[in-house]
Amino acid sequence: MASYLLRRLVLTLPVLAGIVVITFLLTRLSGDPTDLMLPPNATDEAREAFRSVNGLDRPLWEQFVVFAGRALMGDFGASLRFQQPAMGLVVERLPATIELAFATMALALVVGIPAGVVSAYHRGSATDTSIRTVMLLGQAVPSFFLGVLGIIVFAVWLRWLPTGGRGSLAQLVLPATTLAFNLVALIARVTRSCMLDVLKQDYVRTARAKGVWEARVVWLHALRNAFIPVLTVIGLQFGLLLGGVVVTETIFSWPGVGRLAIQAIYARDFPVVQAVVFVFAVAFVLVNLVVDLLYAALDPRISYK
Amino acid sequence: MADAALPSTARSTPESRLRHVVRGTLAGWPARISLLILALALACALAPEWIAPRDGYAQDLALRLLPPAWSEKGVAGYWLGTDQLGRDTLSRIVEGTRITLLVSLFAVLVSGLAGVAAGLAAGFYGGKIDAVILRLIDIQLAFPLILLVIAVVAVVGPSLTNLVLVMGLSGWPRFARIVRGSVLTVRHLEFVDAARAIGASRGRVMALHILPNILSAIIVYASFEVARMILLEATLSFLGLGVQPPTPTWGGMISDGRKYLNQSWAVSLSPGIAIALVILAINIFGDALRDALDPQLDERL
Repeated sequence: MASYLLRRLVLTLPVLAGIVVITFLLTRLSGDPTDLMLPPNATDEAREAFRSVNGLDRPLWEQFVVFAGRALMGDFGASLRFQQPAMGLVVERLPATIELAFATMALALVVGIPAGVVSAYHRGSATDTSIRTVMLLGQAVPSFFLGVLGIIVFAVWLRWLPTGGRGSLAQLVLPATTLAFNLVALIARVTRSCMLDVLKQDYVRTARAKGVWEARVVWLHALRNAFIPVLTVIGLQFGLLLGGVVVTETIFSWPGVGRLAIQAIYARDFPVVQAVVFVFAVAFVLVNLVVDLLYAALDPRISYK
Repeated sequence: MADAALPSTARSTPESRLRHVVRGTLAGWPARISLLILALALACALAPEWIAPRDGYAQDLALRLLPPAWSEKGVAGYWLGTDQLGRDTLSRIVEGTRITLLVSLFAVLVSGLAGVAAGLAAGFYGGKIDAVILRLIDIQLAFPLILLVIAVVAVVGPSLTNLVLVMGLSGWPRFARIVRGSVLTVRHLEFVDAARAIGASRGRVMALHILPNILSAIIVYASFEVARMILLEATLSFLGLGVQPPTPTWGGMISDGRKYLNQSWAVSLSPGIAIALVILAINIFGDALRDALDPQLDERL
């Protein structure tokens, strides 16, 4: 187990290095970063001064080494807009995003897994058909449109919920539901197809033959084994969730990292953009590491040699 | 598609195989309706001026934010009402189809070409090439797709070419994974060894023997990828990072209408329904295509 953990950690190193490279290249894509970071009417002297202060007059590899060294310490320079450390701004807004992500994931699991199980167990029935129809819709409706729709219905027409902001539980409902919708569809779809496989297995028949309660067979014996692929999908879709956060936070004025990223992009505040991209990518890698390690807890057959 | 004949069906002629796939795909009503929706969307993209009832760019400030024609205050001829500049919503949706399909189809073409090439190389050569490509896939998949694309488009500018390239390159890892997996399953089959034994070059084996056998997986995956790219394009234009106004885009229309929700909900709602319909049609058609081509392809694909 320890050696597996070590090997798995070593495997993430090239990915981390790649993340640093891509984050660095982000501001060099347009050729001259001063065009990006300074207003278009900046004087040549101002450009020169900006170049020498930020080391942009050095060779590219030297710039990269400096950038990489700082990035690994979490230092992406000062935000051009707020004159504060970019990473500090991201960390400040992280709790709001984590709150939204957790609420979304909890909602998606609580709705998605039972929907998938019921749909698989009653395969071909009217319940199955309606769940699958909703799942298809869930994959077809863009989350930002769902957000706008939610605002129209629940905030403008019915006046049940606020249109945005953060603080009360009521303000969490619309953003979390919006974000969870696509995820529910995906989780239910994967749960359904895994449960269909598992319910055919011998050990399920054995459990039934032993006289185990049907509910226990389905929800404990079968679901536990169907859960591993579901977990993989959740890990991989964590990136989708983070991407969705960017849009959803913007629509609902949720003061999180995603909204910060969009505002930074509009304001061409690239140190902040780099910090957000870096933090999200590292978070994704860590979540998938945890998911890999969770397999061991769920399936003792997986060996770690 | 006719080349997709699997070894087991090798005795059937290409035409009968094609007919078989078409009949299988269109066996159910949902797939037929989906095909109809997709054909309509394609027609709108190719010849919007024939289909749109009005000029989608023409402004009429006297007729701002009209509700749909069937509601009380609606004006005949403006079927889905007008936007904040008095432009006909239905005509703009029809015009918007062009950008949506253009960007998403070309983006899938770009990611398909890059991904298939990388996947073939990784699966066929194995070893170091495989390891490097797998690492590259991991690295790119580590970034939240939308955020990366948004950031890159913000840097390079939202021109049509840039959008196609950035969105296209964002999708190659998933193609590469699927192609690599499929190559690994056919690489050691007898017909590949046979081709090698009679002296076919590696390139020839890849292009003429392996590629046709994994084409089903690629086609099915590409169809789902088109839906994903339509969503991505709509998200980008919703955020103001897509093709710039006055060119109508579905995401841009939803974003514009959002500011006038109190006065008219139709401006935002109708392009959203258009997006949902097209994506629904693609997904249903893709499912049917998968079942007809190769029922053994994974449903989670």
